[in-house]
This record gives sequence, C-alpha cells and structure tokens, in this order.
Amino acid sequence: MMPWSQHNLLDLQDLSAVEIEMVMETAKSFKEVSAREVKKVPALRGKTIVMLFFEPSTRTRTSFELAAKRLSADTVNIAASSSSLSKGETILDTARNIEAMNVDMIVVRHASAGVPHFLARHLKASIINAGDGCRSHPTQALLDMFTINERLGRIKGINVGIVGDILHSRVARSNIWGLTRCGANVTLCGPSTLLPVEVEKMGVRITHDLDSVIKQSDVLMLLRLQKERQQEKFLPSVREYARVFGVDREKLKVAKKDLIIMHPGPTNRGIELSADVADGEHSVILEQVTNGVAIRMAVLYLLAGTKQRLADSG
Amino acid sequence: MTPATKIMDKDGIRRALLRIAHEILEKNKGTQDLCLIGIRTRGTVLAERIRDCIKQIEGIEVPVGILDITLYRDDLTLIASQPVVRETLIDFDMTGKKVVLVDDVLFTGRTIRAALDAIIDFGRPDVIHLAVLIDRGHRELPIRADYVGKNIPTALNQDVKVLLQPTDRKQDQVVIEQRKIR
Repeated sequence: MMPWSQHNLLDLQDLSAVEIEMVMETAKSFKEVSAREVKKVPALRGKTIVMLFFEPSTRTRTSFELAAKRLSADTVNIAASSSSLSKGETILDTARNIEAMNVDMIVVRHASAGVPHFLARHLKASIINAGDGCRSHPTQALLDMFTINERLGRIKGINVGIVGDILHSRVARSNIWGLTRCGANVTLCGPSTLLPVEVEKMGVRITHDLDSVIKQSDVLMLLRLQKERQQEKFLPSVREYARVFGVDREKLKVAKKDLIIMHPGPTNRGIELSADVADGEHSVILEQVTNGVAIRMAVLYLLAGTKQRLADSG
Repeated sequence: MTPATKIMDKDGIRRALLRIAHEILEKNKGTQDLCLIGIRTRGTVLAERIRDCIKQIEGIEVPVGILDITLYRDDLTLIASQPVVRETLIDFDMTGKKVVLVDDVLFTGRTIRAALDAIIDFGRPDVIHLAVLIDRGHRELPIRADYVGKNIPTALNQDVKVLLQPTDRKQDQVVIEQRKIR
C-alpha cells in the first residue's frame, strides 16, 4: 500500500478512492480494538488532541474523544459557549493560543462552512473537520461507507438512495462525494425546496418519488429534517413531509429483502422514519455509531504520522 | 551485492519446527491450556505449522491466534508515515493459558517487547514462552527465546530472510543477504 500523505482531513473530495480504501482497511483493525476487554492501544501515546466544537454535538464529539482515548492520546474539550470566544476573541486567536500549548491535532466543528480550511491554512497542527456548516462531514461519510462495505461487501455498483433535507445536509454532501468516487450509483430524493440547485452536476440522479427509490435501493440513507433550519418555510408542514418522505413499514413493502437503512442521527422518530423502522431488521443505525469510533481511530492514527509541509503560513 | 547464502532449506525448517513442537510439549507437559500466538506475517505461518506438528504428535489441535504489533511499536514517532495496521485475530481468552509466542527471526527484541505488551492487554496468561525459527543475536533488550530453530551469528550489515509458503512465492528457505550500501 502507498504511504499516507494527508496532513489534514477537511473534505472527502481531497481523498482518492485508494486513500478512502486505506482508511476503511485501517478501521477494520481498530474495530477489533474496541471489542477487547482492554480497549486501548499505545499508538498515539504522548499526542494531544483538542476537540474544538462551536456547535452542539453528542455523537461526533464522544466518538472522536473515545477514538483518541483508545489510541492513548490526551484529549481536551472546548465548547464555544464556555470559551473566550464568548468574550470576543477571534477564532484564529483562540486556535493559535490552543496550538501554542503544543497541540498535535484539532478536531473542529463550526456552523460556518470553511472554518476548518481557514484554520488549516494558519496552523501546523493537523485539522480534522467534524462538520462545517452545510458543507462537509468527512468522517461521517467514511463511517457510512465502512458500514455499507461491511454489510454488502462492496461499494462499487450499489444503489444508494439519500432521502430528505439534502440542502442543509453536510452528511449528504460528503457521502455523495465519497460514494460516487468509489463507484456507487447515488439517487437523491426530497421536496424540491430541500434539493440544492444543480446538484445533478455532482453525478447523482434526482427524483421526488420515494417509492421508486425504495424499490431500487440497496442502501437507504435517511437524513434528519433539520427543524432548526426550517423557519424559512421550506415545507408546508412537518406532518405533510412525514407523510410523503417519511419511511414506514408500509412503504418498505416494495424494498429489497436485504436493504439496509442508515441514519446519521439524531433521528426524529415519526418524521423521517417510523419507530418500528428505526428499530427494525433493515436498520443499521447503531452499527454506524459503533463503526464511527473505529473510523475516527483510523483517521487519527493515519494523520498523526504526517508532518505539515509548510507552504505559506499566512 | 553479494549473492544470498542459503542457511536452511525446506527440510531443515520442517525438522526444526518438529523439534520445537516436541520441546513445547515436553516443557508444558502436554497440550493442557496451551495456545500459540503468531506474530504477523511469518510468525503466523510458523505458528500454524507448529500446531500441525503438535496435532501429528498428540492428536490435539491447540488454538492459534494472530497478532499484529504495529500499534505497539516503539518507533511510531520516529518514522515518516504510519505503517499499515492489520487485524489482530485472537478469538480465545489468554488468561490462565500457557502462551507460546512465535516469530520468524529474533533480532533486537523490540518486536517481542511490543508483542508482550499487546498480549498483556488481552489478558493475563500463566506463562509466555517464545519460539523463533532463527536467533541472529544483536539484542537491544533483555529478551531471550525458549525454543530456537537455529542460532546464526550475523553481522549488523546483513539481513536474514525467512521465506515461507504461501506468504512468499518461493520454496521454504532461510537466506542471509549483505545489505546494500546506499
């Protein structure tokens, strides 16, 4: 295998199909570590990783933190609400101060797209994007692809339907990049108001007919209806959305027998999917969470080995 | 480069492993609580062959685990990019067991140090023994082998290569090569 050369993980489109493959292969070994009695290996002993979260998160932050700890790295959590940012410090100053304490990696989430990229241009530490605005969430897409590959044995040639609020979804964007790069056929389905304009240019099919998507899909990826971003009247009502685009047992009657249903969480039971589907035989939602730790361990491990090639440090 | 010198052939390896299997059984008084752990990649092949020898002798198949020591290496911070991690497959509990660690060449002892740390993370075996096909000297840590196929005095500028089927596409053999001067 080729040596890993990425210093940051900002977007999935920065990775080649071979590199995506390498992350997934490495994650396989780390999944075994999490299944041990002693869930810890000394690979990143002495490294310091800061979780810089400007947006609320339970799953992603916990997952990154467990991943770092299982690799024996030291972790520090910084939430925007309790940091100096609330006193008016700029993001760059906050990040530079953190880096001045000899931090090796910074995992960052922010409501604005591009913040991780901005930090990567100015800091020597490895930057890992844990979600920036509606743009990118690379580790989520990697863990989704890992889960698909584990369940179906391949990614190339499978049919993936992504249903819901594509417009606001960084998870969808990263998955579209990764899945199409690895040769999957991706179909997007949702109300026209929640589908980005010209999204077909990313190499995907668009439809508003959920039944046809359910019928042909090997993987159904449901997205959370982001209620906090619905004030602009994208939908007539949440109930209507649930009736037309929500997945329940009745609609799944036409599905393939071994269809897998994924959701990046948190789920709105009764809106994008019914409770019996979320807990049903097709659902791999909790497997995704388990695999998330393994994928993040793989990403941290691989990035830890590379040094910043100092281009222009601005 | 001087040509490689063959120091052990297929039959030599077979006989050495058969003797090691006998020694393991003698020292442990049979197969009770015995298990073998092969260090990836060639240690695994050797562990499986020793298991087959033990089966021939005693008619009992002892469990074999596969250990990847990459995450326990002491030079991770010194090398340029992270080495490839492969799966560790140990599907039995090692607590209270007599573990025989198997590797192809014993050299500095650093691989074995890493393997010992990894095993301790899995459980608490009663004893850990070490079996190697070749002991080439030059230890950097206080580690020795309990079962040795062949002791070979070497110079530091030499490489000892163990070739085994099916990992290597050549016939089983052990060769010494002069390292290329860069």
